[in-house]
Amino acid sequence: MSLPSGIFQESYGQDMAILRTKQQWIWLLIFLAVLFTMPLYSSDKIMTLATMMGISVISVLGLNILTGYCGQISLGHAGFMAVGGYVSAMLTANLGWPFWAALPCAGLAAGLVGILFGLPSLKIKGFYLIMATVAAQFIVIWLILQFRGFTGGTDGLAVPRPELFGYVIKTKGAYFLLVMIIACLATFFAKNLVRTRVGRAFIAIRDNDLAAEVMGVNLLSYKLLAFFIGCVYAGVAGSLLVHYFAFADINMFPFGDSVWYLAMLIVGGMGSTTGAIFGVITLKLLDEAMILAGPALAAAFPAIAAQAAASLSLIMRGLVIVIFLIFEPRGLVHRWELIKAYFKRWPFSV
Amino acid sequence: MTFFLQLVITGFGLGMVYALIAIGFVIILKCSKAFNIAQGQFVMIGGYLGFTFLVTFNLPVWASILAAIAVAVVMGGLIERLTLRPLVGQSVLAIIMMTIALGTILEGVATLVWGGEYKAYHGALPTITLKVGEFSIPPETLIGIIVSILVVVALMALFRYAKIGLAMRATAEDEQVVQSVGIKVTSIYTISWMIACVVGVVSGIILGGVSGVMVSMSEVGMKALAVVLLGGIDSIGGAILAGIIIGVLENVAAGYLDPLLPSGGGLANVFPFIIIIIVLIFKPHGLFGLKRIERI
Repeated sequence: MSLPSGIFQESYGQDMAILRTKQQWIWLLIFLAVLFTMPLYSSDKIMTLATMMGISVISVLGLNILTGYCGQISLGHAGFMAVGGYVSAMLTANLGWPFWAALPCAGLAAGLVGILFGLPSLKIKGFYLIMATVAAQFIVIWLILQFRGFTGGTDGLAVPRPELFGYVIKTKGAYFLLVMIIACLATFFAKNLVRTRVGRAFIAIRDNDLAAEVMGVNLLSYKLLAFFIGCVYAGVAGSLLVHYFAFADINMFPFGDSVWYLAMLIVGGMGSTTGAIFGVITLKLLDEAMILAGPALAAAFPAIAAQAAASLSLIMRGLVIVIFLIFEPRGLVHRWELIKAYFKRWPFSV
Repeated sequence: MTFFLQLVITGFGLGMVYALIAIGFVIILKCSKAFNIAQGQFVMIGGYLGFTFLVTFNLPVWASILAAIAVAVVMGGLIERLTLRPLVGQSVLAIIMMTIALGTILEGVATLVWGGEYKAYHGALPTITLKVGEFSIPPETLIGIIVSILVVVALMALFRYAKIGLAMRATAEDEQVVQSVGIKVTSIYTISWMIACVVGVVSGIILGGVSGVMVSMSEVGMKALAVVLLGGIDSIGGAILAGIIIGVLENVAAGYLDPLLPSGGGLANVFPFIIIIIVLIFKPHGLFGLKRIERI
């Protein structure tokens, strides 16, 4: 990272800091202040969108650790979210557990299921591993349907409103704050994890797992650890999603979402915490635009009104992935770095 | 016993179609090193094309199949040229995401053009009834078996005797050698996608004749992936054998176990994934797949 002139590092701690200048601290504080006062001046609609973004950010950060840093591609992330969501829903609705206890259990359960489906990852990689995670997604959803006594099957399961310290979270604003606190903690943890010994081991495995093994990285334990951490993130996100709607339903965790989370990672930029957040915001806004464009399109082409909205969103989702893979394979975060470099070097930039 | 035989026979017919879909996947993988997750969507498009030409345009069967094949050739060529060509040499993830995105787009297009509705054309295809003792073989199944065998034989002949088929096999072996003897590898890529597309569309027409068409029909691609993994991802013979195994097993398992399971079972839909997990844990390279030794 290039710093403006006049900034000196006098200790190792200073050199390793994420935020190095006063300006960066000020910008972070302004951002946090704006984020946490949003419920005061935003409409319910914006709150819903922002909460959904927050939940997706948590989920995609987990996917980023697993796929972006450790290189273990997962196409079953929505399935792992479903594990977390349903564990949390069953604990609170069937056993009457409080929300604060069910949330970590949801993360833990999803992490353990992640380890289970990550077990083949020592033997297989690439296409084979992707198929194992796709299978995980469909098997999880099928099992949820089979145990209808606990999960409600196709009928879904009503979940009580979350309660923290005697305060029942009812308004969208309050839930938004809860999601954002967890999302900020998740970002902080993810950003720092990859700078530790564990994170460097993940990156070594991603770049060449045989070479990593020769260097002394224990492949099995680190791959399973990546699966565990990634799926804990997914489980927490799933739990938050279920409690937001106060309802658990398998249609909240479709296979298409697994693909879409991976698309968010590609659009944002693999192997970058900032990229994951960029990707989530971009694609969630795109989804929202599609929802708004649907009725307009139906009005413009009355002959195909019924299927226009559904097909438009499918085609858009596919086209976005195609366009980014061909024209911007390193994601938005790469473009963002180029733009920053352009202004920093001006007037010598080209 | 009759029930069991009936299940085995229909499973065999289904398995031949799975094998056909899986062969499309294997051809693309061998020739252009691309994993094509969109094969199931080719099948779905094929089913809708069959409906369009047979029912909407009311063409005779041979003309409908030729027209559908023509559309498939154009579609396969365009897909390869526009979307997969820029990704040559990219990571597995990029190629898989590209084919998944293609599948999504094809589903969107099918929803737009055919309204995403259930369409059926029972009886539009010719039927042959065959009765052996007590039980009869369903005519659609029989047609499926016959057409599948014809297509497989045609492909075998192509790869053994035709110049282009030999060039494709050579490309699968070593791309640099092939280029040095004057074969254009990029056109081999395009042709492999065209052939896979045609095979997918033909199996779509067969499946559509059996059970009708809808957008979710593309899920059959997932079953084909289970077939591919069981047979070994680069073996055509393996794909045929694995297709028959999975078709029969799935039909028998669903026939006997579904009534025992709560909420109606639906075992047929999850069966391929259970097979995928078992194969990946115990025999990752499938029955006839080539084991690759990796070096740093």
